[in-house]
Amino acid sequence: MLGIVNKSIQAFLCKHHGSMVWREVADRLRLGPEGFEAMLTYADETTETLLAVAEGLTGKTRETLLEDIGAEVAQTESLRRLLRFGGPDYLEFLYSLDELQGRAQMALPDLELPELTLQSEAQGRFTLLVRGRFPGWGAVMAGLMRAMADDYGALVLIDLLEPRGGVERVQVELHFTTYYVARQFDLAPPEFGEAE
Amino acid sequence: MSRIDPVEPPMPFSEPVLALSTEMLGRLMPMFLWLDARGRIRGMGPTLARIVGPGAAGGDFARHFTLRRARGVEQSREAAFSGRRLGLTLVRYPMFNLRGLAVPLGPGEQADVLVNLSFGIQLSEAVRYFGLTEADFAASDLAMEFLFLAEAKAAVLGELTALTGRLQLAKAEAETEAQLDPLTGLANRRAFDAAMSHAIKSAARGRRNFALLHLDLDYFKQVNDTLGHAAGDTMLVRAAHVLRDEVRRGDLVARLGGDEFIILLRGPVERGMIESMAERLIARIEEPVSLDGVDCRISASIGVSIALECRPILAEELMAEADAALYQSKRAGRGRWTIAPLRFAPRPQA
Repeated sequence: MLGIVNKSIQAFLCKHHGSMVWREVADRLRLGPEGFEAMLTYADETTETLLAVAEGLTGKTRETLLEDIGAEVAQTESLRRLLRFGGPDYLEFLYSLDELQGRAQMALPDLELPELTLQSEAQGRFTLLVRGRFPGWGAVMAGLMRAMADDYGALVLIDLLEPRGGVERVQVELHFTTYYVARQFDLAPPEFGEAE
Repeated sequence: MSRIDPVEPPMPFSEPVLALSTEMLGRLMPMFLWLDARGRIRGMGPTLARIVGPGAAGGDFARHFTLRRARGVEQSREAAFSGRRLGLTLVRYPMFNLRGLAVPLGPGEQADVLVNLSFGIQLSEAVRYFGLTEADFAASDLAMEFLFLAEAKAAVLGELTALTGRLQLAKAEAETEAQLDPLTGLANRRAFDAAMSHAIKSAARGRRNFALLHLDLDYFKQVNDTLGHAAGDTMLVRAAHVLRDEVRRGDLVARLGGDEFIILLRGPVERGMIESMAERLIARIEEPVSLDGVDCRISASIGVSIALECRPILAEELMAEADAALYQSKRAGRGRWTIAPLRFAPRPQA
């Protein structure tokens, strides 16, 4: 697993559970306090151990933990911006999820995001099918999509459904594409030194 | 709403002709430019109109665009509109080059010309400068993918640069650590070997001479045996301090192990200077040290070898000479120095 995945989990733990919890996790994984390097590759078991230790220390279920991590990823400015390239509104963003794996692969060939397929169910209702190398990506996507709805100012209901046939499923009910004020997004990134 | 139709009626049995309104065309090609045969602007796509200014419509093409084949080289109109790739510079924004393709809308000299333009590699700068949004690009345009990749690439590169920096620092730290004797903080044998081979290469190129001063503590074993290892360590640290204190800048002091030290004298090598340095070293190491109320006395024996200018040298040879000189000092009663080729020095006067 590319370190950026582990690093995101690390960033989430530091930010929401404090550096003490992170240090405890790092100790148990026999890592230095600086933790993971985003651009190095780590054994898959490391990620599994990391999540297991984090579950124990935070008292959260795996599902809640992964949803929170997904939401945190979408709120990280650089990644939030990359996700906003998906489209001008939340509906376009949902449609762009089919391409997310390909886009990520163009930027980072070693980052193995799950295969995502958006299915249209009824007016405003969709199911996102998530096929990843590991279970859990569905929960990450649910958290990420919820946070991006806030970013676009859309009113949505998102539910993680039971997996079917080994495929994880996230249900999205889009009530209003623009309900709240969307967060600012310009195609041009803020220049160095400019306030975000 | 104006329509773009071919000037001449289509030839019978020719391909079907497509009639488009400028509004339709603008949605497909937001940066189209429609010119008449005299070079007047008959219409523009909405994005191009935003950039050039809507007032440009009806005006002369040459007031707003310069045709270029390469920077600084003007292109003739005939060549530009012949259907080959086209280069344009904006007159008001000369830092932006546009590229595109011109297609005559019919046969003959009097036909209108339709040009489709894009920003090419300057897309990111143009987006920033003109404040363009997704709506300014056609849905089929790869502009969004380009911008996404440019930003993702910058983020990845930033991570990699930071990682390289951290690895560099860790490497430098590891290297320093691997070259230091942990007890005394002097260079270790490994660092000495590296410095020695460098000095030999330097001498071979006629740069400068150097000398080896091999020093062994006398009576150190007794201190260790009677007062314990902690006392022995204290004496080693103190001896290291004396050595570091007495050498010149540019010399290298190393601990080879146990109570054995070596100094690589890299400055100008002069016999008199070496003699007085050896004497000072012995005198200062002999100064008694009080450890837990007990006076500790040690001494040092020294052997020196000098790499001479006019003959090729081998590290082993030089080390063997310094070793032999040290052995002579020990045999002659310790607490003295010898310079190879073996020449005894009198016991220094305390």
